[in-house]
Amino acid sequence: MSKKNVRAKSPQPSLFDATASEPEPAAAPVKAAALPVAPEAPEDDAEELAAAEPVRKAPTRRATAESLAEKQREISVSEFFVKNRHLLGFDNKQKALLTAVRECVDNSLDACEEAGILPELRIEIRELAEERFRIAVEDNGPGIVKAQIPKIFGKLLYGSKFHRLKQQRGQQGIGVSAAGMYGQLTTGKPVTIVSRTSPQAAPHLFEVTVDTRKNQPLVLKEEKTEWEKAHGTRVEIEMEASYKKGRRSVDDYVEQTALSNPHCRVLYSPPGQETITYERAVHELPEEAKEIKPHPYGVELGRLMRMFQDSQDRHISTALKNDFSRLTPKVVDDILKIAGVSPKARPRDLDTPAIERVHKAFTKVKIMAPPTNCLSPVGEEALLKGLRLRFKADYYDAVTRPPAVYRGNPFQVEVALAHGGSLPAEELIEVFRFANRVPLQYQASACAVTKAVLSVDWRSYGMQMSKGALPTGPMVLMLHIASVWVPFTSESKEAIAHYPEIVKELRLALMEVGRRLGLHIRRGKREAAEAKKRGYIDKFIPHIGIALKEILNLKDKETDRVVANLKTVLERSRENMV
Amino acid sequence: MAKSGEAVSPVISQIVDTARAVETKINGLKKPEMKFPLRNLSNVRYSAKKGHFEMLGKKKERTLAVSTVKSFAQTMRMIALSKQMIETDERASKRDAYYQTKAWAEARCDEQPESDAILDDIEGLFGVNKEQLCFTPDEHGGLVAGELVVVDRAEVGSNATIDIDCTKFGSGAYGIPSDVEHLKFKTKAKFILCIETGGIFERLNRHRFWEKADCILVSMAGVPTRSVRRFVRRLADDKKIPVYVFVDCDPYGIANIYRTLKVGSGNNAHLNEFFCVPQARFLGVTPQDILDYDLPTHPLKDVDIKRAKDALKNDPFFQHYPEWAKAFELLLKMGKRAEQQAFAAHSLNYVMDTYLPAKLKNPKSFLP
Repeated sequence: MSKKNVRAKSPQPSLFDATASEPEPAAAPVKAAALPVAPEAPEDDAEELAAAEPVRKAPTRRATAESLAEKQREISVSEFFVKNRHLLGFDNKQKALLTAVRECVDNSLDACEEAGILPELRIEIRELAEERFRIAVEDNGPGIVKAQIPKIFGKLLYGSKFHRLKQQRGQQGIGVSAAGMYGQLTTGKPVTIVSRTSPQAAPHLFEVTVDTRKNQPLVLKEEKTEWEKAHGTRVEIEMEASYKKGRRSVDDYVEQTALSNPHCRVLYSPPGQETITYERAVHELPEEAKEIKPHPYGVELGRLMRMFQDSQDRHISTALKNDFSRLTPKVVDDILKIAGVSPKARPRDLDTPAIERVHKAFTKVKIMAPPTNCLSPVGEEALLKGLRLRFKADYYDAVTRPPAVYRGNPFQVEVALAHGGSLPAEELIEVFRFANRVPLQYQASACAVTKAVLSVDWRSYGMQMSKGALPTGPMVLMLHIASVWVPFTSESKEAIAHYPEIVKELRLALMEVGRRLGLHIRRGKREAAEAKKRGYIDKFIPHIGIALKEILNLKDKETDRVVANLKTVLERSRENMV
Repeated sequence: MAKSGEAVSPVISQIVDTARAVETKINGLKKPEMKFPLRNLSNVRYSAKKGHFEMLGKKKERTLAVSTVKSFAQTMRMIALSKQMIETDERASKRDAYYQTKAWAEARCDEQPESDAILDDIEGLFGVNKEQLCFTPDEHGGLVAGELVVVDRAEVGSNATIDIDCTKFGSGAYGIPSDVEHLKFKTKAKFILCIETGGIFERLNRHRFWEKADCILVSMAGVPTRSVRRFVRRLADDKKIPVYVFVDCDPYGIANIYRTLKVGSGNNAHLNEFFCVPQARFLGVTPQDILDYDLPTHPLKDVDIKRAKDALKNDPFFQHYPEWAKAFELLLKMGKRAEQQAFAAHSLNYVMDTYLPAKLKNPKSFLP
C-alpha cells in the first residue's frame, strides 16, 4: 500500500503518522480505532453521528456530546496493535512464529550491512511445550548501545528506518517490538536481549516488556553478563506459536533468505532437529545502499507540509534544494513560478493552499529521475552462485535490470532461474519472491510478482503452461525487487502492490531470461531428438540385415554391404530432416 | 480357401520377392518401401451381390525412414520367422509370435498388440491369412449345441474320422476349433441361431430349445472370432440353411457383432470373403422389440451414441440398407438399449417360450 493511501484511508496509517510527527500525543490516535477521539472537537463528531441518523423519524437522543466525551480517550499504538495484530503478520500461530523470526533476522542483517560486517546468523527455535516456543536470533553485528536497547525492543514505532529513504529490509520500526509484544501477550514473558558493541565493552543483558497503555518500555532486568561474542546482538522471545514444515514454514524462510543473501552464513536449529548450516556463496558484502532524499514525484501533500514545517531554512527555494533530490536552482525557480510562491517565502510560514500549489507544480515541471546509487541489488553473479549452491539443475540464468522509478521511488528488479536437473518435472514451478532480500511467503496471488510471472507466455519459451496457472516444469524462479520504499499491500509485508512500472520491469526481466531459457530448452530438445534418431538407426538397421540374411540366405559379406548401404541412405535422409 | 500346406510355395516366393526388392533398393542407395492395404472401414465397400465387405485399393506405403526403421525392422524379422516356419512346417500362435520377438533385442515387442499388428500387416501385405503364414490365432472358438453332427478327423494326419453329435453334450456344448477347414457336417436342422451371450445360450441349451425349434445353437460370446465365422459360413453353405442372429439391442451388438459376422470387418478386408456369413439375418433384439415387448432398458452411453452415429456415417454396410438406418435412428431417438436377457423381466423362460417362437414365425421380417 502506498503511503498516500496509508494516510488517507485505513487505520494503520495513523500509526506511522504518529512516529513521523514525533511524540505529540494528539496526533497519534486520530483515526486509529474509528472512534471520535480528537479532544478539541467532540461536538463536531457528535453532530456527525446525529446527522447520520435517518431524517424522517426523529430518534431519541441516547447521549450528549459531553457524555460521549467521557468515553473518549487516547489509544496507544501498542493497544491498537493488541487488537489488530493480523495487520503485522501475527494472525495465526504458525505465521506468528515466522513473522517473529523474520523481524529479528531483518534487523540483524540490516545492522550488519550498515556496519559493514559480513553477517553470520544463528537462528534457534526451541519447543518448550505444546504450542510454546522460544526463538533466538543472534548476529555478529555492531551491537546496540545500552541506552537504546529498551526503546528498540520495548516501544512500537521506534527506529532509525522510517525516516530514511534507503534500501533496507525493515521499513517502519514496528517489527521486532511487535514480535516482542506478541510474545508478551501470549506468554507474559519479556524479550531477552544480549548485546555487545565491542570486545572492550561489556555485554549487557536486558529483559524488556512494553507498557501497552503508554507504548513505553518497561525494563524488568538489566545486568552485565558474559558472552563469547566480540560484538553482536542476541534476541530471545518466548511465544505461543506452532511449528510446521513445508511452504510458508520457517524452514523455507531460512532457506530462501540464504538464497537472497548469498553473502550471509546461517546456522539454523529447528525444533528437535540437527542444526543446518547455510554457507556463504559469496564472500563480499553487497555494495552499500546510499540513503537518498525524497524525489518530488513521490512526495504526498501531507509529507510536504510537514517537511516545510520542520524546515530550518529561511527561504523556500533553499529548503526545496536541500530536502529533495534532483531539484536544481532552475527547476526550483520554475516550480515556484508556477505555484506563484515567492522564493523568499519562509517554508514554515506557507499556508496550506500555497503548499498545495507547490505540490501541484511538482507535476508540471520536468525533473530528472532520482539517483539510483541508493539501490543494492544482489547482482547476477551472486544470484547464480546462490542458486548453484542450493539447486541441482542443469541450466542457470540471472538478470539484473537497470534501475527504474515508480512514483519518484527508485527500484530495481532481478530475476534468476534454475532449470532441469533434479528439479521436479511434473509440478508447477516454484516462485520465490523477495523484496529487499526478504522472502515473501504469503499472499502470492495478490502480489505483483506473481501477476508478472503469470502474464508471460512461458509456452513460447518451451515450458508447459495452462491458463491462469504457473508454468509446469523443472524450474525455480527467483524474483527480487530492491527499492528505497517497497510498496507492500499491507504492513505485514507479504505482497507487492501492482504498480505498472514495477510489473513492466518484472516482465522485461522475465522475458529476457525466458528467451534464453527457450533457446536452451529447444537446443536440448533438438539434441535429444538427434541422439534418439542416431540411436534408432544404430539399433534397428542390423535387424533388417538379419531378416534379409535369413530370407535371402545372404552371405555375411552381402549382409554387411546391405547394412552399410542402408546406413548411408538413412544418414542422408536424417541430414535432410534436421 | 486354400489350406496352408498347399500354399507353401507361392507364399514363400512372395516373401522372397519382397525381400529381394528391399535388398535391391538398398543396394541402389534408395529407400526401400513396402505397401500395406489400409486396414479400416474407409478401405472397404459393401458388395450386396457378394454379401460381404470388399477391399478398395487403398494402401499405405511404409517407406523406410528414421521414424519407421523400428517397425520396418520388426516386419522384416516377422516375415523371416514366417518363412522359417513354413519351411519347417512349424506353427506359432499369436502369443508364441509375441514371445518370439523377445529374442530380437531392441526390436522386441513390448506388448502383444504390437506383434499382432505386425502379423495383420503381413497378412495384408501378402494377401493371405495368418494360417498360411503358419501363425494361428489364440482366439477361442464359440460353442455349438443342437441338431448337428460334426465329422472331424480322428487324429492329426490320419484319414479316419469321428462323428461328434452336438445333441449329446448334456449341459455342456461342442467347442469350435481354430481350424475348421477340414470339418464336415450332417444335419437336418431348419436354421442356425447365433447368440451373443453365454447366458441365453445356456438357457436355450438347458431346455433343449434346439429340439423344439429343430435348430443349431451357436454361442458367439461377443464379436465372433474368425473360426466361428468360418464354421457358421461353411455349415450354412454346405447344408443350405438360414442363419439368424440374436444379440443385444445396442450399437455394439448390431454394428460390431452382427455386422462382423455377416460381412466381415474393416481390418484385413482381403479375408472377409472367407470369414463372413452373408446369409445371416438379424432376428433381434431390434429397437422395435423394445417397444413391442416393453423391455426394461438402460440409457445409451456416450460411446454407444458415438458408435451408432459412426455406423450411420461411415459404415458402408448400414449405409446400404435403409432399414438399418431407420432402426439406428429409432434407437438414437429412444436413447435406450436393451439386452437379450431383458426378457427375464417378464419371466425366466419368456425368451424361449414366447419371444423366439413369435419371431421365428416370420423370418421375412428380420432385418438384413
